[in-house]
Amino acid sequence: MNHKHHRAAAFRAAFPTTVPILAGFLFLGIAYGVFMNLSGFGAGWAFLMSLLIFAGSMEFVTVGLLLGSFNPLGALLLTLMVNARHLFYGISMLEKYKGTGWKKPYLIFGMCDESFSINYSAKIPEGIDRGWYLFFVTLLNHLYWVAGATIGGLLGSFVNFDMKGLEFVMTALFVVIFVEQWMKEKVHDSALLGIVISVVSLIVFGADRFIIPAMIAILAVLTLTRKGLERKTAAAEEGGCA
Amino acid sequence: MTVAEQVMIVAVVVLGTMATRFLPFLVFPPGKPTPEYIRYLGRVLPAAAIGLLVVYSLKDVNVWVGSRGLPELVSVAVVIWLHLWKKNMFLSIAAGTILYMILIRL
Repeated sequence: MNHKHHRAAAFRAAFPTTVPILAGFLFLGIAYGVFMNLSGFGAGWAFLMSLLIFAGSMEFVTVGLLLGSFNPLGALLLTLMVNARHLFYGISMLEKYKGTGWKKPYLIFGMCDESFSINYSAKIPEGIDRGWYLFFVTLLNHLYWVAGATIGGLLGSFVNFDMKGLEFVMTALFVVIFVEQWMKEKVHDSALLGIVISVVSLIVFGADRFIIPAMIAILAVLTLTRKGLERKTAAAEEGGCA
Repeated sequence: MTVAEQVMIVAVVVLGTMATRFLPFLVFPPGKPTPEYIRYLGRVLPAAAIGLLVVYSLKDVNVWVGSRGLPELVSVAVVIWLHLWKKNMFLSIAAGTILYMILIRL
């Protein structure tokens, strides 16, 4: 009974944070399902790919791979490149996902951009079970995405509504989480670094290949400035306590 | 491609995606002490990663043609301003998105 109560409370705490994703994923998922359908892959494909890959941009890329010639090694390399940013999420979540037991493999499996950013910035209320909270955020996001993709796959070319621009809900979510992080921290070096290096990399390398150079540059700068940055953070925290 | 080949491609994509998600957790299991350098990265990396994510979600904006990225710029500015002011996640996201959908139709 008590266990059940824990779970229900965690669900009620987690659900509201996922509502923006509900809107965004249903929309993007439907768009993906329709795209799959028009590319010759039915709802079954959309369902399975959204369920098993669960990485939005990569799923769009995969449609192209399926329509090209058979090249598993090329597909693997492209996947590693498009999804390399997950390595950063993993390093960031090593501590947060600690001690979540059997839920941990699923939390890692479902660590898409949105689940990472919500779970990373989550202010889990007092008395709420952390493991269940993180689990429900991940599960709900997963469900929204699979539901959207499947609906899109079933509807196919029948859909005809003008929801252009709704995809901005994802950008807005990331901006909000960036602002939350900004208000929480005392030293903004890393946040600024992330923006500036990514923009420079985007200008230099273009939209399709800027992520890896940006990641390498971010790692390099954070590593080279470690001593100074740690000193600065410590000093800021001391100052804040005084 | 045959269906079997297509299934194989999907399997490879699943495998590659999972590799990028599971690798840090496999390399630094909770039983062993995580190197101080990695713990440092765990502290400073999230802010940069979220910054990267913001840029990533705007990567296809072309500042040279069409609306020149103005709807995006204005909407992002409004989201930031609203969030600093009201600190209400739903309000910031909903207002920013609706504003964006209006701006691109003007």
